[in-house]
Amino acid sequence: MDISIFQVIWFVLWGVLWAVYFMLDGFVLGTGFLSGIIAKNDTEKRVLINSIGPVWDGNEVWLLTAGGATFAAFPTTYALMFSNLYSALILLLFALIVRGVSFEFRGKLDGAVWKSSWDKAIIFSSFLPALLFGVAFGNIFKGIPMRNDFVNLQFTYEGGLLGLLNPYGLVTGVLFVLLFAVHGSLYLSLKTVGELSSRSLALANKIWPALLVVAVVFLAFTYPSTKLYDNYLQAPLLLIVPLIAVASLLLIKLFAGKGEKGKAFIFSCLTILFVVFTGVTGLFPNLLPSNLDAASNLTIYNSSSSLITLKLMTVVALIVVPTVIAYKIWVYRIFRAPVTSEEVLADKQAY
Amino acid sequence: MDVVYLSQLQFAATCMFHWIFVPLTLGLSIMTAWMETKYVRTGDETWLRMTKFWGKLFLINFALGVVTGITMEFQFGLNWAEFSRYVGDIFGAPLAIEATVTFFLESVFIGVWIFGWKKVSKNVHALTIWLAAIGTNLSALWILLANAWMQHPVGFVIRNGRAEMNDFLAVVTNSYGWIKFTHTVLSGYALAAFLIMGISAWHLLKKNEVDFFKRSFRFAAVWGFVASMIVGISGDFHAVEIAKVQPSKFAAMESIWETKKNAEMCLLLVPNVKEECNAFEALRIPGMLSFLAFHDTTAEVKGLKDFPKELRPPVTPTFLSFRLMVGIGTFMILASLAAIFLSRRDRFEDNRLFLAIMVLAIPLPYLAQQLGWIVAELGRQPWVVYGVLKTADAVSKSVTATQVLLSLLGFTILYGILGAIDIFLLVKYAKKGPDSDLSNIIDVQGRR
Repeated sequence: MDISIFQVIWFVLWGVLWAVYFMLDGFVLGTGFLSGIIAKNDTEKRVLINSIGPVWDGNEVWLLTAGGATFAAFPTTYALMFSNLYSALILLLFALIVRGVSFEFRGKLDGAVWKSSWDKAIIFSSFLPALLFGVAFGNIFKGIPMRNDFVNLQFTYEGGLLGLLNPYGLVTGVLFVLLFAVHGSLYLSLKTVGELSSRSLALANKIWPALLVVAVVFLAFTYPSTKLYDNYLQAPLLLIVPLIAVASLLLIKLFAGKGEKGKAFIFSCLTILFVVFTGVTGLFPNLLPSNLDAASNLTIYNSSSSLITLKLMTVVALIVVPTVIAYKIWVYRIFRAPVTSEEVLADKQAY
Repeated sequence: MDVVYLSQLQFAATCMFHWIFVPLTLGLSIMTAWMETKYVRTGDETWLRMTKFWGKLFLINFALGVVTGITMEFQFGLNWAEFSRYVGDIFGAPLAIEATVTFFLESVFIGVWIFGWKKVSKNVHALTIWLAAIGTNLSALWILLANAWMQHPVGFVIRNGRAEMNDFLAVVTNSYGWIKFTHTVLSGYALAAFLIMGISAWHLLKKNEVDFFKRSFRFAAVWGFVASMIVGISGDFHAVEIAKVQPSKFAAMESIWETKKNAEMCLLLVPNVKEECNAFEALRIPGMLSFLAFHDTTAEVKGLKDFPKELRPPVTPTFLSFRLMVGIGTFMILASLAAIFLSRRDRFEDNRLFLAIMVLAIPLPYLAQQLGWIVAELGRQPWVVYGVLKTADAVSKSVTATQVLLSLLGFTILYGILGAIDIFLLVKYAKKGPDSDLSNIIDVQGRR
């Protein structure tokens, strides 16, 4: 088979891995940065942390898989995306490191200062990645100032950290934060009981209008700021992707308003998946465009691995990804019951 | 300071910090799984208490291993973009396989193990720690195969301005990688065994929970000896492989300057890099170096002078790290052998001198681990991929020295704080000793 088929397969997988990562870590990040607002006391905070406890680490692996897939399938994009966005990604990395240990460390000592320090760490280290991922993807959609000469292998970058904080990048950042906020509070409404659950649901309902406004602004702003609409204008059938995103977004409110938490959460999952698909479909065949000249765009064709590597990775993905999904579903089923304060107080092993 | 030097410093710092936590994870995961299996099979609650106690230490340590591992995957692109672009076609595959196959296994099932005591049956619970332990150990296999490729690149052609894979099987069956895997993973088991013996010895000195810690000590002594022996034997094979495929590294490890047949080994020597000779040599064993390098006392061993100066690794630190590592390894074999015999005696908790030595020995395997990586990575310089790509050509071009200096500063502060907290927690929970109340777990599990 021709290499371009595998390049397209890996483009699709690349988009799916990012989308699934945001869907899964989205509610962990949301739970993290909303924990200060939703939980009123130490026990409630522990309920929150324990509701994501069994799954957060497995969810974060989707990020490592997305990163690893970029490296193996599109090494030139991996190299230039990570090095060009160096400072932003270092900040992101620091935040993810702090977040992971905060969950683990918080419950290990009893002091009030100890706990409140980790509470702040959880809020900050969950908020920052949500924002930075959004800013990063906004800039990926928009293109970054790089000049790439694929014949002489000369690659230069003309941007900096502050350049990433452009209005469009920031709007995308806010969009991600609000998506994860609604997603996280819906997750918590499902995974807790009583007042904590209703408080989470109320918060989701309260944040949703802001999410709608920012989503509209994002869609409108995307037109002048990016070339994402080009693919949709060429093949209008593709518009089904953003339409599903918008429909899911509206259905969140419909169900959350009626108190149907499970359905609202499912549509919140779909919203995140299809927001990412909307962006990625618009990018195709680019992985990271340049906003200086189109010849510098990193595409699936000029930055991919060789045919043999792509084939190998396809076989690996076909075997492993379904297996992973199967056992992850099993794990989510084991922990499907909501977490209660009685349970958390009785369990010494819990966070 | 230039960007290459700073990037190397940052890579070394983040790797070495990551590697404080990984070896214990490798060893303690398997040993905890073993303990829990013993409990499931025998129903003996001491095994359950051991699983809980050592498992708790495992988790405190595991957390930092996981989060510092994220850095490892991303810094190839962050700081070493030219490396990533040039060898990504072949180097990226094992890394991606590591993430999809093994990270999921360990991260998903460790979650079930921590939170699933009351949710799954005894057997399934024991299975989850095995799956997590296997995931952890397999992840070491893939990353070490990737590292082995940088040491002894195989299965590729230079095409389209980069190294492209043409034989994945060669990468996976690279004997350098399998020897390295055996040597490295078993050294993690040895480290974990020495930690268990050391902490148990500390409690035995205080006469805390004597039966619990005697059993833990005896359990770990066997692991410690078997693992240390395998580390030693695989180390010998590793040296032979290095002499064959990385002669400049071998020459630096032994500080040998002249190419010689029937080369002798000096147990004591001091390298003099400036004069390209050894300033001091003593305790000569004829033919020993040829034997170590090729298992043949008459074989020719290459000296450093055979390599142009700019292609030699830094001799003194490579040499010293190697000698010290071997010294610690030898001590570990002897100490764990002694531990097996002494701990079989009835009242070995009264042998205070030996117990004190085992407490003080806790840091030694940690030191040996770091020294081993110094030999492996420093000894490969100036190459990042031996014979294929130089470190100086591998660095990111769009990253400035200031950026790396700032991130290095950030890593130093962040890792410093987190490392201190983690070690503090490990010490605190190690000193606290095992919980006696297991009633709620047994109640629930008994019902199933």
